[in-house]
Amino acid sequence: MSQTDSRTTPFDTLLVANRGEIACRVMRTARAMGLRTVAVYSDADANARHVREADEAVRLGPAAARESYLKVEAVVEAAKRTGAGAIHPGYGFLSENGPFVEALDAAGITFVGPPASAIAAMGDKSAAKARMANAGVPLVPGYHGDDQDDALLKAEADKIGYPVLLKASAGGGGKGMRVVEAPEQFQAALDGCRRESQAAFGDTRMLIEKYLTQPRHVEVQVFCDSHGNGVYLFERDCSVQRRHQKVLEEAPAPGMTAELRREMGEAAVRAAKEIGYVGAGTVEFLLDKDGSFYFMEMNTRLQVEHPVTEMITGQDLVEWQLRVAMGEPLPLKQDELTITGHSFEARLYAEDPEQDFLPATGKLERFAMDLKGAGLDPRQVRLDSGVETGDVVSMHYDPMLAKLIVHGDDREQALSTLNRALAALDVQGVVTNRAFLQRLATHPAFRNAELDTRFIEKNEATLFAPKQYSIEEYAGAALIGLNQLARECESDSPWDRHDGFRLNAPHTIRISLCDPAHVQDEASVVVVEGTRASGADPWDLTIGGETLTARLQHLEGDAVAVTLNGHRRRLQARRDGNVVVMVDPRGETRLFWRRIDAIDHGHHEAESTLTAPMHGTVVALLVEAGQKVEKGMPLMVMEAMKMEHTMTAPADGHVESFHFNAGDTVGQGDVLLEFAPAE
Amino acid sequence: MATLTTQINPRSDGFQANEKAMRHEVMKLRELTAAISQGGGEKARARHESRGKLFVRDRIDHLIDEGSPFLEFSALAAHEVYESDVPAAGVVTGIGRVSGVECVIVANDATVKGGTYYPLTVKKHIRAQEIARKHRLPCIYLVDSGGAFLPRQDEVFPDRDHFGRIFYNQATLSAEGIPQIAVVMGSCTAGGAYVPAMADESIIVKQQGTIFLGGPPLVKAATGESISAEDLGGADVHAKISGVADHYAENDAHALQLARACVSRLNWQKRGQLKMQEPKPPRLDPSELYGIVGTDLKKPFDVREVIGRIVDDSDFDEFKRYYGDTLVTGFAHIHGYPVGIVANNGVLFSESAVKGAHFIELCAQRKIPLVFLQNITGFMVGSRYEHEGIAKHGAKLVTAVACAKVPKFTVLIGGSFGAGNYGMCGRAYDPNLLFMWPNARISVMGGEQAAGVLAQVKREQYEREGREWSKEEEEAFKQPTREQYERQGHPYYASARLWDDGVIDPAQTRDVLGLSLAAAMNAEVQQTKFGVFRM
Repeated sequence: MSQTDSRTTPFDTLLVANRGEIACRVMRTARAMGLRTVAVYSDADANARHVREADEAVRLGPAAARESYLKVEAVVEAAKRTGAGAIHPGYGFLSENGPFVEALDAAGITFVGPPASAIAAMGDKSAAKARMANAGVPLVPGYHGDDQDDALLKAEADKIGYPVLLKASAGGGGKGMRVVEAPEQFQAALDGCRRESQAAFGDTRMLIEKYLTQPRHVEVQVFCDSHGNGVYLFERDCSVQRRHQKVLEEAPAPGMTAELRREMGEAAVRAAKEIGYVGAGTVEFLLDKDGSFYFMEMNTRLQVEHPVTEMITGQDLVEWQLRVAMGEPLPLKQDELTITGHSFEARLYAEDPEQDFLPATGKLERFAMDLKGAGLDPRQVRLDSGVETGDVVSMHYDPMLAKLIVHGDDREQALSTLNRALAALDVQGVVTNRAFLQRLATHPAFRNAELDTRFIEKNEATLFAPKQYSIEEYAGAALIGLNQLARECESDSPWDRHDGFRLNAPHTIRISLCDPAHVQDEASVVVVEGTRASGADPWDLTIGGETLTARLQHLEGDAVAVTLNGHRRRLQARRDGNVVVMVDPRGETRLFWRRIDAIDHGHHEAESTLTAPMHGTVVALLVEAGQKVEKGMPLMVMEAMKMEHTMTAPADGHVESFHFNAGDTVGQGDVLLEFAPAE
Repeated sequence: MATLTTQINPRSDGFQANEKAMRHEVMKLRELTAAISQGGGEKARARHESRGKLFVRDRIDHLIDEGSPFLEFSALAAHEVYESDVPAAGVVTGIGRVSGVECVIVANDATVKGGTYYPLTVKKHIRAQEIARKHRLPCIYLVDSGGAFLPRQDEVFPDRDHFGRIFYNQATLSAEGIPQIAVVMGSCTAGGAYVPAMADESIIVKQQGTIFLGGPPLVKAATGESISAEDLGGADVHAKISGVADHYAENDAHALQLARACVSRLNWQKRGQLKMQEPKPPRLDPSELYGIVGTDLKKPFDVREVIGRIVDDSDFDEFKRYYGDTLVTGFAHIHGYPVGIVANNGVLFSESAVKGAHFIELCAQRKIPLVFLQNITGFMVGSRYEHEGIAKHGAKLVTAVACAKVPKFTVLIGGSFGAGNYGMCGRAYDPNLLFMWPNARISVMGGEQAAGVLAQVKREQYEREGREWSKEEEEAFKQPTREQYERQGHPYYASARLWDDGVIDPAQTRDVLGLSLAAAMNAEVQQTKFGVFRM
């Protein structure tokens, strides 16, 4: 492939056309290389971390991505205004957008990434497969044709055999993608995929693939320069996914042989060269149990999970990208690249795993990692984050907050470090998957590397088991509560000491605890009575007739030592609102501290599922007001955080009235419609 | 800086004996307090609980800020006074912090005689209101009471300080800007109905609280109308129809949460202005108080050993150290609050009385609260002292004590006899709060002295009549007086009758005083105007 002149023009200013952690991460390397950095932002991000950290920043438009981060002219204009000679697209947004690259070429601005032709070649998944077949890269059976007639697609799916995967041709990142288990579900899935694809990519074309039942997702990092050189920087295993979004990634992939690694690596480089690739790219394969692998797709950008590759190779991939964009040859040859140790990446999402990974929003009351308290070596832990304490997580963009990356001599050691680092991560104010990540990382099947893209579904029973609390956990939480009370003094007044002073009696404080999921349920409340003769004595904690002598000692950071009947344990203790959070390498325990003012005694209306679960937009009203519906029938679709949520009829009956129309924005908890159950 | 040092030897036999005796008294006090805190016994408690109601002390625990102190008053009220047990006189009172505001809490215990008002219940309720007035503390009434105890109506109804005074106080406290909040958690019958009705804000619990001037039996008798208590004056009636209650609570816990919310909306500000220091615990160990003081009032101790175990950092700046040294006066801090301490260290002489008056003037002038540590047999007697005018010197001290408008706190740490009690701010001198240690004794004079005086009078009568009075007869005559004085001078006897605000563990004295001082700072410290000092 030929290069336009702009690709080799030296630049001293880099615009990062992205937000969040990747914008911060790219700018970090750019600064280290002596480049001036320019951020762009939407109204929702006016004071976001990537904007704060940049030398300059330019507003693109309103919060909605299509009016800001996806708006090609605005980004090009921002580059011109700031004299940016190059644009790094990060991942997502415009990173794989051919017209954008063409616009940059026309404006004489360097695109840090592959040429438009390579993006086009891989962006159209169906065409890409055809070319890969030509280059001798193995493919999964599927339909990648242009004919998008419903009946034909259905027939193709039937031919491939269920389950099949429906996927937006223009897609990526799990949007517009669905597994269809049976023929009768096909049409509904197709409609949903098209809607999502239209919203996300402005394109409704679909492809269909055979859905492998126990595949692993193994991808190869490749790098090409504009001088015809290409190398692979080994593989990553990204099998642990939810809703086709990666959750935990690692490098190298467990169980790889040197031979398979070379085979896959060379196939990946072949794929890249086939399309005249330049820069960082990732070739994704499905790896079957028997060691056969199939080309899935090539991501023509830097991947979210690139840090695990950086950790095991000791290379800075963003630096490589920038050097290649400046026209330099690749810094290393294939035989100069080696793997050292093992690395994991855990993606911290603002979402609630207990509620089917529903995205969460809110203000980050605290976002910190206490490495010292967790006893970790900072050189082994890296936190790539786009947020800080005080930032607001909005409904407008991807819910990923940060990536936690660790390194160890081997998989076991790296995994243990990952656990401790996850325990050290303190996020308050916004629900996250932090504890879920810890459950994953401590799961025996994951430790045994029993990997599979359906790992989470398969292990659902153990990953989501209802929490059973031990006496020690109640005692620990109560002790932390007592200690918290003692520190709540606002003044020197003796009334402000929360030490349970009682006349002619031991100091007595009762702490009521319950499962945070059952706060209103009186029956789930456990009362811990703490007594002690004086402020200097340990507490005697009585729980259901059993008494433990308990002492708490503050260690560095969040870390405390809880000693119960002489058994001392070190853990990290935090508060998240009224929830006492105790984290140690074995996992997290959360207990709701039922303080008097924390209980809602108000009159409770009957639970309604017809309220908006979160901020979002109404996509479609699926029935007419007054129309008779059966229980479970979809009534309304709303979109939030780029995912669709369907409101279904809670019973047989009819909708009295809708409170919103398609296109309306709704707030969390808004009543969406009035439903009248049948008599 | 004048840090007190100690001369005591905790390994000495005397100390050990004292310690053992006092510890025994404290354990007795704790056991009695624990028993009283159980209220009206198992059966009544079970009945109360089966109605979904919280026990009175649990209600208070829910009401006050979690884990915060509760300074209970007169837990021994009515102890062994009536023919049957009326634990705590059926009402729990004290100061607790609610939503960050120190409040006086008056909570009926329905497990004790249905929460009805015995004479001492009335006295205790009114005393709590007095404390609220003096300290300017909002009042929260947790009402669960059947009203006056009818068999003793002559002792609870007609007089000035009887039942009606409760509502008089509610009105006049409210008039002074001291909030009155009532939470109706059970019956509020007849006169009791006025507690919520007179309150600034009232809360009523669904299916539990009732308010009516006449209960269903009375209504039936008077008008023939048959109606249930709930329909006559339940939460739905008063929150939705009559407007007697302002807030509707689902249950006890909810009601208490609402009461907390009421307090949080008071826009409350403390008015006291004291120059505080950072609180520091005493350097000397408060637990040694037991061994220093003991229980034998005849064994003297240096009161500075006590002061050093109560005040911050054991730091005590003594005033007139070498003058009138049977009264120790000086400045210190307790929990960061500046105080002037007046403490007995022997019998009062003219010099010590004048010194005390001088020191009280200083504190009143500077608006520093006073703490009196009483251990006093009385003023010195004898011709020399009468001739030098000990009566007028004592009068100076009494005048100063009576007129000083700064907050005054009195602790009886030993004997409290005769005019010594007056000069050292006894109950009649209106201290903000008065507490007794379990070893203390209070009477017009010592039992031995009283028996001696009475015997002397008797002997003189015998001699006038020319009769013989044998030693044995005299001894037999004196014994009942000694016994009477010992019984009536005992702290439990005193506390049962509300002559004090409670018997306290000496080791808790510092905390009790700190809490009291902090509570007193809700009120502005007033300017003192003294009466005529006889010179």
